[in-house]
Amino acid sequence: MSQATETDTVREDGVIESVSGPVVTATDLGARMNDVVYVGEEGLMGEVIEIEGNLSTIQVYEETSSVAPGEPVENTGEPLSVDLGPGMLDSIYDGVQRPLAVLEDKMGAFLDRGVDAPGIDLEKTWAFEPEVDEGDHVEPGDIVGTVPETESIDHKVMVPPDYEGGDVVAIESGNYTVEQTVVELDNGEEIQMHQEWPVREARPAARKETPTEPLVSGQRILDGLFPIAKGGTAAIPGPFGSGKTVTQHQLAKWADADIVVYVGCGERGNEMTEVIDDFPELEDPVTGKPLMSRTCLIANTSNMPVAARESCVYTGITIAEYYRDMGYDVALMADSTSRWAEAMREISSRLEEMPGEEGYPAYLAARLSEFYERAGYFQNINGTEGSVSAIGAVSPPGGDFSEPVTQNTLRIVKCFWALDADLAERRHFPSINWDESYSLYTDQLDPWYKENVDENFPDRRQWAVDVLDEEGELQEIVQLVGKDALPEDQQLTLEVARYIRESWLQQNAFHDVDTYCSPEKTYAMLGAIETFNDEAFDALDAGVPVEEIQDIDAVPRLNRMGVQDDWEEYISDLEDDIADQLRAKY
Amino acid sequence: MKEYQTITEISGPLVFAEVDESIGYDEIVEIETEQGETLRGQVLESSDGLVAIQVFEGTEGIDRNASVRFLGETMKMPVTEDLLGRVLDGTGQPIDGGPEIVPDDRHDIVGAAINPYAREYPQEFIQTGVSAIDGMNTLIRGQKLPIFSGSGLPHNDLALQIARQATVPEEEADGDDEEGSEFAVIFGAMGITQEEANEFMDDFERTGALERSVVFMNLADDPAVERTVTPRMALTTAEYLAFEKDYHVLVILTDMTNYCEALREIGAAREEVPGRRGYPGYMYTDLAQLYERAGRIEGREGSVTQIPILTMPGDDDTHPIPDLTGYITEGQIYIDRDLNSQGIEPPINVLPSLSRLMDDGIGEGFTREDHADVSDQMYAAYAEGEDLRDLVNIVGREALSDRDNKYLDFADAFETEFVQQGFDTNRDIDDTLDLGWDLLGMLPEEELNRIDEEFIERYYPEDDETETAEEVAAD
Repeated sequence: MSQATETDTVREDGVIESVSGPVVTATDLGARMNDVVYVGEEGLMGEVIEIEGNLSTIQVYEETSSVAPGEPVENTGEPLSVDLGPGMLDSIYDGVQRPLAVLEDKMGAFLDRGVDAPGIDLEKTWAFEPEVDEGDHVEPGDIVGTVPETESIDHKVMVPPDYEGGDVVAIESGNYTVEQTVVELDNGEEIQMHQEWPVREARPAARKETPTEPLVSGQRILDGLFPIAKGGTAAIPGPFGSGKTVTQHQLAKWADADIVVYVGCGERGNEMTEVIDDFPELEDPVTGKPLMSRTCLIANTSNMPVAARESCVYTGITIAEYYRDMGYDVALMADSTSRWAEAMREISSRLEEMPGEEGYPAYLAARLSEFYERAGYFQNINGTEGSVSAIGAVSPPGGDFSEPVTQNTLRIVKCFWALDADLAERRHFPSINWDESYSLYTDQLDPWYKENVDENFPDRRQWAVDVLDEEGELQEIVQLVGKDALPEDQQLTLEVARYIRESWLQQNAFHDVDTYCSPEKTYAMLGAIETFNDEAFDALDAGVPVEEIQDIDAVPRLNRMGVQDDWEEYISDLEDDIADQLRAKY
Repeated sequence: MKEYQTITEISGPLVFAEVDESIGYDEIVEIETEQGETLRGQVLESSDGLVAIQVFEGTEGIDRNASVRFLGETMKMPVTEDLLGRVLDGTGQPIDGGPEIVPDDRHDIVGAAINPYAREYPQEFIQTGVSAIDGMNTLIRGQKLPIFSGSGLPHNDLALQIARQATVPEEEADGDDEEGSEFAVIFGAMGITQEEANEFMDDFERTGALERSVVFMNLADDPAVERTVTPRMALTTAEYLAFEKDYHVLVILTDMTNYCEALREIGAAREEVPGRRGYPGYMYTDLAQLYERAGRIEGREGSVTQIPILTMPGDDDTHPIPDLTGYITEGQIYIDRDLNSQGIEPPINVLPSLSRLMDDGIGEGFTREDHADVSDQMYAAYAEGEDLRDLVNIVGREALSDRDNKYLDFADAFETEFVQQGFDTNRDIDDTLDLGWDLLGMLPEEELNRIDEEFIERYYPEDDETETAEEVAAD
């Protein structure tokens, strides 16, 4: 963790007055709201969250066992900030941007207290390549040079947004550490490769635009039925065991964003380890580069201090905004926003604030909307365009979507991917419920799909939605009278719907091929089912009984479309075979 | 060490005392009553001049003249390999009449979080010998897999069966690994009855398991507050044995519901703002600090695997205790009341059960190549059969198609043959999967849409075998 811009506030240190779990009060601390302080003899990091008279309340980001009244509190006079610069990709941080690898070197396998580590490596040198010349005029936010940060990403060095800007008087390519000055301006401002930014404040942008390009996820149900835009927001609520984390991991792996910021907020340690182990071995399906080289991980597991859990989503989105400023499309996954809300609740109840619904603080809705509003498709202040897409998992207690976190999230986000325990129980994965889920981006993304996949894409999607809707209605009757009591055409519709569900909506995240499905393949697979539908109804009209149609041996091959590497040939052969075999019946 | 006779308030398990020095948060406190009894407690809140103390043994017998001593350190567990074979009470004092414990070291019971970067992803399959677990919800070394049960269900029998039968198959074969890392069981009982305790102890003694076990006993009539310490004692011991002495430790914690009740009791006594159903708002964090103490660490031999048991009040899994647990643990095993009344042993309902670490710990090199597909297919088929049962109740079996009838037969056979095995039968993974194939043989080959063609060719039972399976199923 690092300091933000120097301010001239008087820094007065205080004395601890009381300790109760992560909440400490101190007297005589001349701090402002949200200033970072170091608490006690061990120097535990904390943040001022309430000031009342001479008494400041501090949330401490570390375990407070054996901290006692009377110990000192050191005021830094600066708000909680992140250090932004090359080296963040391929890294894994805790909730206050301490690199976990460095912490392991310093204190072993268990997280001890009072250890500070800078968010980016101050020793490492990077090759800086100027983008402007001496004498050029630069404004805040402008890109002055680039640094090859990882195999796939060039890091843009920018004039910090809070600078005044001016004419470049000195700039030279070469190897520098992040603290060395790479550009000098005529007004005396010096630009280093890193800059600091307070996490609770959105980085400035010129304008927010309506997104028109999808964030392609490689997941059929998402790309096909409920697409999210680059710069969009989505919520994935679901009870435990319904596959939130697998869905988030799939998005982090396959979404066609330039940068992925993955925030593990109050979740399982082993899951984060899985990400750390898996990602370096996986390749980006588009660029072929290792996935880790575009990923920044923030891991604040459920047993790590609760206050750091509250801050980790802010740390994540600030890093995301920084890469957005460079003109990149960034996808941020937060798993899970409920844990973040619960951290707020926990701190709030320790402060003895008046609780709102279900004990959550009254400012829950405001905090959630503030967070999601930081996502979007932006014109940056330097003229580039970039986006931050925010996808938050929600873990509603008892799987009940009427609880405050889910409800307040739904009021803000435009994509709702509802996970369903029933589907998960029958191992229908991803267990996204097609009746309850929605995307409000479909209309604005349709032009893209028409141009880049197929003119017919929106119609085919609508066809699938209609069949699934009809199936839903028919199922109610089937529950009462059995399938065989239905007329033949309805039985056939059920059969078609079954293939949509089993061979198209279902997707095996653990199968090498099926785990990623391009929009073209998604479209073609649905096309094969539509072919079956059309041919089957023709056959039915010609008097072929529905049992015979079901018995066509080509039809079950629909179920294996997803796992085909060479899908184009497979699907076109399959369509031919289905047509031939059905037509042979009449 | 200063002694205070400054108690100002006694309320439930809490004692408030005035002090004139600074007392650390979480410090251990001794309270001596006028009768000479010494009680132990912990600082819950410390402010200038006043501390709130939570007394483990309950506040009975304390009056305002009792003297309070602050020991200046947080709660520690004396750890040594000699703890194996010992029976301790809920605060770590021996109650088996054995010799005094000479500790190698004393560890803070709160335990620091494992750095996720230092963890090793759990991938070693533990064979429990229970088909419903091995085949469908595989347990992995370093996993935390709770048993969700209800009052009066045989969760203890299942826990004992797992403790007895758990092995890692490969290691058995080469043998030398066994010496390097031995297997140990830590049993943490919170608020269980004497009778249940006896059941566990008898089984441990009968099978000789006691010598590789450490038992922590907080019984139903022991003070509730003590229960908040018991699992931390148990897990501290487990971490010591696993990460310093290279043991593979299986920790059984029962009953987590009692633990959470104790948390609620303390929360209420402190007049905290309650969360759902009166449980404290920090219960998620508190439970996570227990459950997350399972796992493996890179470069260390041992592992901590947790099987917490909880009884769901009213069999309701949306109750805060199972709900929060499910969000932290890596899956769950459901014990089902209906299956139990049908006499299925163990009565595991596999449909809502789940093992999150299963996918990476099974398949070629771990269990068998076809494991994932077989398990998926059985899940789907059983779920379909279950659905059809509702329909049968309305329209009768005759009204169903041939295909539907096959699924119904499958669901029945799945329960009576695959899940049913008795608490004393130990099935290895090959037996479990072969049995799975026998049952899948009841379905037509083309219905097996989750299984790779290659495996169907290799394992799908020939026609005559299918007949046998059906006959067996009909029995």
